[in-house]
Amino acid sequence: MSAPQGWTAITTIDKVPLREGRAVTIGNTEIAIFHLADRYLTIENKCPHKGGPLCDGIVSGTTVVCPLHGQRFDLETGMPVLASQPACVATFSTRVEDGIIFVDLGSAHKASEEVAAVV
Amino acid sequence: MKKQLVVVGNGMSGVACVEQILKQPHDFEITIFGDETHANYNRILLSLVLAGEKSPEDIVINDIEWYQTHDIRARLGVKITGIDRERRVVIDEDRGETEYDKLILATGSSAFIPPIPGVDKTNVHVFRTLDDTRALLEKARPGLKTAVIGGGLLGLEAARGLQMRGCEVTVVHLMDTLMERQLDSTGGEYLKRKIESLGIRVMLPQQTSALFGNGRVDGLRFASGEELEADLVVIAAGIRPNADLARKAGLEVGRGIIVNDYLETSDPNIFAVGECTEHRGQTFGLVAPLFEQGRVLASAIAGNRGPVFEGASPAAKLKIMGVDIFSAGSIDESEPGVETVRYEDPSLGTYKKLLLKENRLHGMILVGDIEDEHLYMEWMRSGADLTAHRRQILFPPRDADPGREVADMPDTETVCGCNGVRKADIIQAIHAHGLTTLAGLKQRTRASTSCGSCTGLCEKLLRAVTPDFQEETRTTLCACVPFSYEQLRDIIRGQQLKSVEEVLNVYGNRKGCEVCKPALSYMLDMVWCGDHEEDRSARFINDRVHANIQKDGTFSVIPRMRGGVTTPDELRRIADVADKYKVPMVKVTGSQRIDLLGIKKADLPNVWADLGMPSGQAYTKGVRMVKTCVGTEFCRFGVQDSTRAGIELERRLENLFTPHKVKMGVVGCPRNCAEATVKDLGMIGQDGSWQVVVGGAAGKSVRKADLLITVETTAQALEACDLFFQYYRENANYLERTYDFVERLGIEKIRKETVYAPEGEREKLLDRLARSKALAKDAWLEREAPVHPTQFVQIQPMEGQPS
Repeated sequence: MSAPQGWTAITTIDKVPLREGRAVTIGNTEIAIFHLADRYLTIENKCPHKGGPLCDGIVSGTTVVCPLHGQRFDLETGMPVLASQPACVATFSTRVEDGIIFVDLGSAHKASEEVAAVV
Repeated sequence: MKKQLVVVGNGMSGVACVEQILKQPHDFEITIFGDETHANYNRILLSLVLAGEKSPEDIVINDIEWYQTHDIRARLGVKITGIDRERRVVIDEDRGETEYDKLILATGSSAFIPPIPGVDKTNVHVFRTLDDTRALLEKARPGLKTAVIGGGLLGLEAARGLQMRGCEVTVVHLMDTLMERQLDSTGGEYLKRKIESLGIRVMLPQQTSALFGNGRVDGLRFASGEELEADLVVIAAGIRPNADLARKAGLEVGRGIIVNDYLETSDPNIFAVGECTEHRGQTFGLVAPLFEQGRVLASAIAGNRGPVFEGASPAAKLKIMGVDIFSAGSIDESEPGVETVRYEDPSLGTYKKLLLKENRLHGMILVGDIEDEHLYMEWMRSGADLTAHRRQILFPPRDADPGREVADMPDTETVCGCNGVRKADIIQAIHAHGLTTLAGLKQRTRASTSCGSCTGLCEKLLRAVTPDFQEETRTTLCACVPFSYEQLRDIIRGQQLKSVEEVLNVYGNRKGCEVCKPALSYMLDMVWCGDHEEDRSARFINDRVHANIQKDGTFSVIPRMRGGVTTPDELRRIADVADKYKVPMVKVTGSQRIDLLGIKKADLPNVWADLGMPSGQAYTKGVRMVKTCVGTEFCRFGVQDSTRAGIELERRLENLFTPHKVKMGVVGCPRNCAEATVKDLGMIGQDGSWQVVVGGAAGKSVRKADLLITVETTAQALEACDLFFQYYRENANYLERTYDFVERLGIEKIRKETVYAPEGEREKLLDRLARSKALAKDAWLEREAPVHPTQFVQIQPMEGQPS
């Protein structure tokens, strides 16, 4: 069975602690879900710099700092915070219903590219 | 007989003027009336009192003793209600009369209260005096919904002060630009972003039409119909000169008391100075020109009509730490002949705009980078032709010779605008008192004691003038919480803050970052001896899962092996773990331990359980290990039992956290086989004694450790280690290794405050160490009781798994 492409139930909200991220692998897509004060945001779990696991980074406001070399990305847009960084990460639409986090796996969007690459 | 000089007003301008009069020969008997009951204080620092950075005592300029020393009669709490110019007397509210030969009016200004319905409700305040500040402090508490009406200098400073007390602050401003009198719309936007990043809400343009509430204020209603809840309202909508007294006395008054270039009013026996004056159509609200007025007045009143006051171009600086705003001169771009040069960098939050007229600097707006403020002010003051500087005008090159810049500064230039201290005053004080430190300079001249923005310049002057200048070190943690480590430790202790979130919400930008969050986590742990609210989201990943992240996202696992001593049983378990989890690499480390590399996060708890050994803390800023040599047990040369002492040292300190990693070594003889002389903390065995050494390094830096003390017994040596260890924990900056710490403080000072400290002090250090140790535990026990269900566990998706 191949990985689903639309809105997919991922996990319950209690699995992702406040201001932290958690990685989830669905098929061959690895995403990182972050729990901010009032919402959940999802990005691809791979730093474009050297592939660091962004789910393990420290959250600062709406940005996450890669634990390997300190690259910083905006969780809302996937854009790097400093222009000197190489690239952005894909973001995924995320919503919560009845305590379950849903991610639209087909919504992978890279701000720097016109058409989102399928991750 | 002496002439009577009466000063009405005990504020900064009046007293600064009196200080100038005292500096020259005079034959006055001086009486000062002040309607506030306090001695003279520095009003522009009230926002720092509000913020808790200074106490009311800190901002006193002249205490009661000063009045006595100079034979000045201080009549505090006495309000002057009338002037009889015919009889030359001032009349106080009790109808008491005081004669004068010369009268100085320094009545200052009052807060302007806009005519909004409801301003008379309870909990609506102004922010102008020490009493206002005290009243606000009584109300301020964490979580209190607070609205500040007015987005000018004072309003923003009040907002920050109240926010530092934990209030939830919203600034409501009538105009669409904050500080619109000093900034253009771009500068205002940069400022707004900075203020918001501090966690203060900004609403503009927003006209307040009423304050509602039943007796007590409940909120603001805007002209737009919107409402804002507020339990405390501060009005900072501008100031009005206090000119009523002069008006009643028949003096010429416009918006303020009209004065000429000698600060004389329309009555030649009456002068006026400060915010109550109007000079050439201009009124004043900022301190620097008022000192200049005081100097001119002091000359004029003594009959010296040389110096004249020619007005002052406005200059304003915001006193909020971390928000650098400076504006001076004319910022009107539409003026004929004005051209502007500008630069901005949104990421850095830097905006600079210079207005030039005929190649001369006419005005400026500096946001985020005010380094060149003094140079620009000097250019503006001197009217220098800037044709030659045009190419680099936004980034004037720094002089290679730091002395040049200060040498080029004219003696009359004001260095400290808050306290009216000129370059000449500083140079004179340095020479006269042999000053070598900033602290000394502060004490003698008061320069840089207020907003602190001239600190750099004061240091440059000290460096240029005295060969023995001793620099003070002060390091701000980061822009998110712009305080020094020392201040933060005091804040955490004083305000009883127990979590990173609390510190960031009250004293920071509410976000924090990868720099300050781990540092604050450490400080909370240290200040509360482990009894704080641990927040794993504020920790680096290594401290969330107690292993060291590797380049591929896997982890390395190093179990504790005290003193580098192990057993066949342990080695067998390590080998079994390496097999079972297919560990890609097993490596002997430089620290006499064994490293298992390439472990998956989800396997960590099982790996630890199978090892059955405690965490070696090889992933954290904490106690790493104690290397030892074989000491007396086998070695032919050993004179002390270093192996046993090393294991004991490791047991005493393990599981504790430190500002940076701490590596230790214990050797049984001076041959130093376990390299104790290049460790953060080392014990070197000698025949009949131990040397305890600190601050060694053999990593990125190489440094031979300093001798802390030589003692006879192992127990004494271990205690000396404990003392230094706890002292380092409490006094080092986060990420400061012992080798930097020892160099910064000097071994003499460290000795004095640890091993040579009075017994009581030593006991306190040891007691705090013991309290921390009692709460410290092996982090790997979280395998049994994780702090969160998915701390180690990989989340499995509810849908979409391959079947």
